Amino acid sequence: MDHLDKLEAKSVHILREAYAAFDNMCMLWSIGKDSTVLLWLARKAFYGHVPFPLVHIDTHYKIPEMIEYRDRLAKEMGLYMIYGENKEALDSKTTFPDGNVSHVECCRLLKTEALAHTLDGSWPRYRLNLQTGEYERDTNTDRYTGVIVGARADEEGSRSKERYFSPRDQKNDWDLDDQPPEFWNQFKTDFAPGTHVRIHPLLDWTELNVWEYIERENIPTVSLYYNQGDGTRYRSLGCAPCTKPIKSESHNVHEIIEELRTGALSSIAERSGRAQDAEDGGLETLRRNGYM
Amino acid sequence: MDNEEILNIVTVGHVDHGKSTVVGRLLADAHGLPDGKLEAVRENCRRNSKPFEYAFLLDALKNEQAQGITIDTARCFFHTDKRQYIIIDAPGHIEFLKNMVTGASRAEAALMVIDAARGVEENTRRHGYFLSMLGIRQIAVLVNKMDLVGYDQRIFEDIKAEMSTFLEKVDIHPLSFIPVSGMEGDNIANRSQRMSWYTGPTMLQQMDDFASVPAPEWASFRMPVQGVYKFTANNDSRRIVVGTVESGSVRAGDEIVFYPSGKKTSVKSLEVFNAATPTAFEAGMAAGFTMNEQIFVHRGEIACRRDEPAPQVGVRLKANVFWLGKQPFDRNRRYYFKCGTAKVEMALESIERIVNASTLSAGQRQYCEKNEVCECVITLERPVAFDLAGTVEATSRFVIVDGYEIAGGGIITQALEEYDYNTRNIRWSSGGVTGEERRRMSGMKGLVVWMTGLSGAGKTTIAQEVERRLLDADVLAYILDGDKVRRGLCADLGFSDADRTENIRRVGEIANLFRDAGMVTLVTLISPFAASREQARKIVGKDFLEVYVKASVETCKSRDPKKLYKKALEGHIPNFTGLSSPYEPPTNPDLVLDTEKWNEEECVEALTAAILARLEDKTI
Repeated sequence: MDHLDKLEAKSVHILREAYAAFDNMCMLWSIGKDSTVLLWLARKAFYGHVPFPLVHIDTHYKIPEMIEYRDRLAKEMGLYMIYGENKEALDSKTTFPDGNVSHVECCRLLKTEALAHTLDGSWPRYRLNLQTGEYERDTNTDRYTGVIVGARADEEGSRSKERYFSPRDQKNDWDLDDQPPEFWNQFKTDFAPGTHVRIHPLLDWTELNVWEYIERENIPTVSLYYNQGDGTRYRSLGCAPCTKPIKSESHNVHEIIEELRTGALSSIAERSGRAQDAEDGGLETLRRNGYM
Repeated sequence: MDNEEILNIVTVGHVDHGKSTVVGRLLADAHGLPDGKLEAVRENCRRNSKPFEYAFLLDALKNEQAQGITIDTARCFFHTDKRQYIIIDAPGHIEFLKNMVTGASRAEAALMVIDAARGVEENTRRHGYFLSMLGIRQIAVLVNKMDLVGYDQRIFEDIKAEMSTFLEKVDIHPLSFIPVSGMEGDNIANRSQRMSWYTGPTMLQQMDDFASVPAPEWASFRMPVQGVYKFTANNDSRRIVVGTVESGSVRAGDEIVFYPSGKKTSVKSLEVFNAATPTAFEAGMAAGFTMNEQIFVHRGEIACRRDEPAPQVGVRLKANVFWLGKQPFDRNRRYYFKCGTAKVEMALESIERIVNASTLSAGQRQYCEKNEVCECVITLERPVAFDLAGTVEATSRFVIVDGYEIAGGGIITQALEEYDYNTRNIRWSSGGVTGEERRRMSGMKGLVVWMTGLSGAGKTTIAQEVERRLLDADVLAYILDGDKVRRGLCADLGFSDADRTENIRRVGEIANLFRDAGMVTLVTLISPFAASREQARKIVGKDFLEVYVKASVETCKSRDPKKLYKKALEGHIPNFTGLSSPYEPPTNPDLVLDTEKWNEEECVEALTAAILARLEDKTI
């Protein structure tokens, strides 16, 4: 087994443990490279099937190509595709692009809040009708008790302290100071009513591993990750107003791998193009309150 | 970097002995940091008027910087020419021992940090003991802060002697003792000019010298079953037993035994997705295979090979347990025992001795406090398969769940004989027996299989054969036949709409009682109305499988096994479904058996597989 085989085996093991433990589970799909690898790993674990819904929190500020890609893959793979949103904040223009709140507050409203209410079923969930290609209100409003997320420990500080199975309380908060122990491939699969567990099968993967796996498995990705001729590409995807591309000559997966291997990007943080991380408190504050 | 190998290393030791500093310094000196990270932390220190420390690089989280100690395990990624590293920075404070255990259990090697000025302290030893219990054998000791003791060789040698003696007692033999200074950078990534008396490896050299521990491929095949998958979308008819191979290997054709049930079969095919089928699944692989005999197995069993040594099976065992829970480990509480993929209720029967993990002195009492270790006897509610310490790690280790939390971990040292139940001073239940408990006793949950369809569609024929196959697979099954019910329980009812509805309500209630008793109940009933079938589903709840046995009126008329259509057409039977009374076909049944397209064998096979999959799906 090479290093990718080992990472894959561990992730598949975690996915299967989660599937056995949680009756109402979903997987968050941000359309980015990590959660798309996660989706692929689910098909590995369940032999081509994805036996739970994929949930996308749509801020309606995503780069349009991301949404096209999402719906195309969902139809091709026959996915149970759900999106959720913060309609109130969008309708009242309480957003950063509208100039009314900060980056972090905008993330909190459009992502964290929308996520919390989509997961507990209190706000509408919209499900892709695979026949018509339209989204319809999902009739299932049960709380998701297991939520699979593609967070990686090497992305930034707070994620490096995550557990594979990480509890969230009734308010969706992460109690970073008192996390449960986790050892010997035994995970936290028991939880109090009203709480849920975040599951992180990609915790041990690095950015390089993700791209190596995308190349090996030939996984379809959004073209925004590649230089289309203007000398830039996105390294991390988010909302259009708050995500900046990096300078790069990589036109395809192979060139990205070379770029990462040669260390051309080793001095730049992966999420350096994400504006919300730079504000005071940044990602850690967001994550304590339930952000991915 | 050509080598893609990944090695996990944990840093352990007493609080304030400088673990985070040593790792921070390593990242800074060996070019493991993004540009600007060092400057950003220095700037942060300047703004807050406090001296810069390398530890701040790791303690990126706000509340940790305020307290200056590591609370939780942080991981940082780093690589040398030889391989990639994940360095796990575990906290040294006793309060966070559970986090140290979490971090250390993920590691293949450990760096133990000791403050040269303060010497060996309580948690230095405790961590040594825990490393031993967790099964980590590759250890190097860093004697840190040598700058504070004038780089004195004598002080280094004294600490080395003291710690060696202790570690030997817990069966750990360190690969090296290295004098370092995280603050000044001595012997971290670069060889120190101030300790010419030391000729061993630097911290960085030692890391590259650690071996990546290979999986023990010589051991017997062990695959704890994670589940049995039967996903029917896109006409997938495979029934796949899945799990991670913890040791040994398995190939197609191998004779397999599942423990604790002892059921036997052979491997039909190895299953993978989007990859070439391997000739064998080996230790470490996430595996899956189909079987030649459709036996009933479920999550929690261990798949083993018939030609290799069997695991232990039992309900009593002796173990070494470390306790991390807020409530003490005692004989008055009920816990869950999780070993491999098995999860059963357990109780502490007795404690043989309490061990102080720091002084190794033993004590006598019948409860174990947080952060203590004990040797004890554990009783399980039903048999589990396991191995003994020193053989297969994954199946000889277990965790104990108290309430919703993992509260302890242990290693099984001995399998014990079962006590006579009369002398056992453990009562499993103080209240009434619940369906949940009964399900655990029989190892299965009940299920109501509601077979609807016209008279003559084939409900009873199919049900009788399915019942036979379920019994062969050790699944308790019973047919609740519409005709039989009509002769007894519902003899007072006719065939009006109201009476038909009442008939179905009664059958639904009875079927639900059978289900609660742990039985797969096959209901064969025309049940023509969607609303009353829906009512039956409501009575039963989620363990309900609606099966539409499909055949057109024309087909049934031509089959007419009981000559009922003939009689009805002659006017002898009023309200006959399909002729003079309507049949509402299910709009969204769990399974359709189209008896016009499929032969009897195909229908029986499909229904049996669907039932087994449903039983196995979420069975503990």
